[in-house]
Amino acid sequence: MKKLRANPALSSLLMVSPLAAVLLIFLVLPIVLIVTVSFWRATEFSIIPAFELDNYAFLFGSPVTYTVFFNTFKYALITWACTLLIGFTVAYYLAFHIRTLTWQIALFLLCTIPFWTSNIIRMISWIPFLGRNGIANSTLMSWGVIDEPIEWLLFSDFAVILAFVHLYTLFMVVPIFNTMMRIDKSLIEAARDAGANGAQILWNVIIPLTKPGIMIGTIFVVTLVMGDFITVRFMSGSQSANVGRLISNDIALLQYPSASATAIILLLTVLMTIAILLRFVDIRKEL
Amino acid sequence: MTKFTQRNGLSRRTMLKGAASTAIAAGATTLGAPMVWAQNIKDVTLRQFGTGVSNLNDVANKVQEDLGFTLEMTALDTDSVTQRAATQPNSFDIADIEYFICKKVWAAGNLQAMDTTKIDNYDKIAGTFRSGLLTPESTIAQGTAPHTVGFTSGPNGTDFVGEESGWMTLIPTIYNADTLGIRPDLIGRPITNWSELLNPEFKGKASILDISSIGIMDMAMVVESMGEYTYPDKGNMTKEEIDLTIGIFTEAKKNGQFRAFWKSFDESVNLMASGEVVIQSMWSPAITAVKSQGIPCVYQPLEEGYRSWGGGLGISAALSGIELDAAYEYINWYLSGWVGGYLMRQGYYSAVPETSKAFMSADEWGFWYEGKAAEGDILSPTGDTLAGAGEVRDGGSFLDRMGSVVCWNSVMDENQYMVRKWNEFIAA
Repeated sequence: MKKLRANPALSSLLMVSPLAAVLLIFLVLPIVLIVTVSFWRATEFSIIPAFELDNYAFLFGSPVTYTVFFNTFKYALITWACTLLIGFTVAYYLAFHIRTLTWQIALFLLCTIPFWTSNIIRMISWIPFLGRNGIANSTLMSWGVIDEPIEWLLFSDFAVILAFVHLYTLFMVVPIFNTMMRIDKSLIEAARDAGANGAQILWNVIIPLTKPGIMIGTIFVVTLVMGDFITVRFMSGSQSANVGRLISNDIALLQYPSASATAIILLLTVLMTIAILLRFVDIRKEL
Repeated sequence: MTKFTQRNGLSRRTMLKGAASTAIAAGATTLGAPMVWAQNIKDVTLRQFGTGVSNLNDVANKVQEDLGFTLEMTALDTDSVTQRAATQPNSFDIADIEYFICKKVWAAGNLQAMDTTKIDNYDKIAGTFRSGLLTPESTIAQGTAPHTVGFTSGPNGTDFVGEESGWMTLIPTIYNADTLGIRPDLIGRPITNWSELLNPEFKGKASILDISSIGIMDMAMVVESMGEYTYPDKGNMTKEEIDLTIGIFTEAKKNGQFRAFWKSFDESVNLMASGEVVIQSMWSPAITAVKSQGIPCVYQPLEEGYRSWGGGLGISAALSGIELDAAYEYINWYLSGWVGGYLMRQGYYSAVPETSKAFMSADEWGFWYEGKAAEGDILSPTGDTLAGAGEVRDGGSFLDRMGSVVCWNSVMDENQYMVRKWNEFIAA
């Protein structure tokens, strides 16, 4: 014990070791395994240890890969823009327009109610709503807005992005609301005293101070959308693909090495995206 | 009780004749007296998995009632079934799989060969699964026909043999002839060819299934019907043929021909019932499900013929002792008619039609098997009315339908390549 106290380096080493062990076993090891398998060879029913670049060669050699990665970024970008707009507005309203803390908490909890049901159910319930003979089309037709049902409502990119925005907006609301609540109200008063109008306060005071929240929300949304496969499958009627679907198709067809190679490339892409995002805001400093 | 002990004795004798692995298995059961065994079997739980088509809770309940042991069912989509059979041998006891899946996974050694002498109704199994011939005059269709992957060389065989060797890879249970399903009320004209699937008239209202080994055969039927190409063997395409086939469909996809692709049975039902799709690849009970919602739906016989498939039960290689005996008991029960009758009333064919007949009314047998006009209402196993008096089954009798089969669901030599191309088609 005495020795431990005398040696601060050793004691701090011991303190981080449980977390390090957990990360090693549940994060590093699986990734190492995926990297290894990505160089293996697959047959119908087995995978054979080998060191081949075939999986990567096929991946980079296929024009479909580029389309799919483009699609993944497209979904991520559009979903990000929509969730940011909605998420920021909701958080702003909650933080600055609702005066009492009780109401803030009550309304915030209201936002989480959809999360009491499963993600998949919330997604699938859009299908009967948006379908050719669905509620949306029949309502619009009965109002006389349209004569023919709108086809692109369901099984399209529109449907995919709609479902993403619906599913993930809360991930934007929560961190933004959190940072907004911690903004010192006197700063806003000071800005107003100094003659700033509403827009100027928003642009020069609130947005810069909410940046860390926006960034955390962005990371949530971007990683969730880039890693998703089930939403894309259901809402596009299996017609569109993002990288997640490419991987899930490979796994379904027992092509584990090819799936691993795709997963590694996706992982690198997401890491690079996050690295770029973090260049804009130093979350550590801002928190 | 006596029935059990007799069978137990018999199975033990035949087992000892078998090879080392099964002899060890039998050795384990000889420790218990027959009486004990008969009681023990009630504690047995067999875990079965397969596609939604035949993994029915009614079957599990009936097993409990008739045989006394518990059958746990897991229904998965076709690809997941293949995946599990190939990679998780300890997660199941009974694999309810299709013959083309058997071709993929048999060599992995996760299933054990079954001794046909222990199958009571082996002699009554339809010719399609034994010699490959439906009737002595039939020709064998292209693709992975069940009899080509139905037999192996011995108890530990990992190969396939052409003749009836006495060791089966799967015990056949179910098969059918598949074609396109249509909504006659939304199409309003006769459909007679596979090529209609890509007819621009149905732009945005067509669908095909997203299961490569089955989908590629549907595609081939369409391509031939369009007159684009005639395959020397649809069931075993070359790389160029795969490129051509998938190329035609990729172009159609880009032109917006398809509304969606489906992977599981219920997705196909929803697409059809909601009117999202008016023509698509479909399975027989899916038609039944749409009809039972009161929506007109026809399993349209087409000039070019049918694409067929067959399924059966396989036993996990890990199974031995009392569980193995229970598995044989279960399979014998499966072929004894009750399940066959149930499946036939859904529009499938039982691999042992003779025994199923006893579990169907004369009118049901006439309607489903012989293609005769119904005399009264034809009900599904769950009690929905599927056809009224005077109606005739789409496609007619068993011989009319199975006799027009031109290909089976297939695993090709170039399967690996096909799978990758298929993945690209879905992603394109």
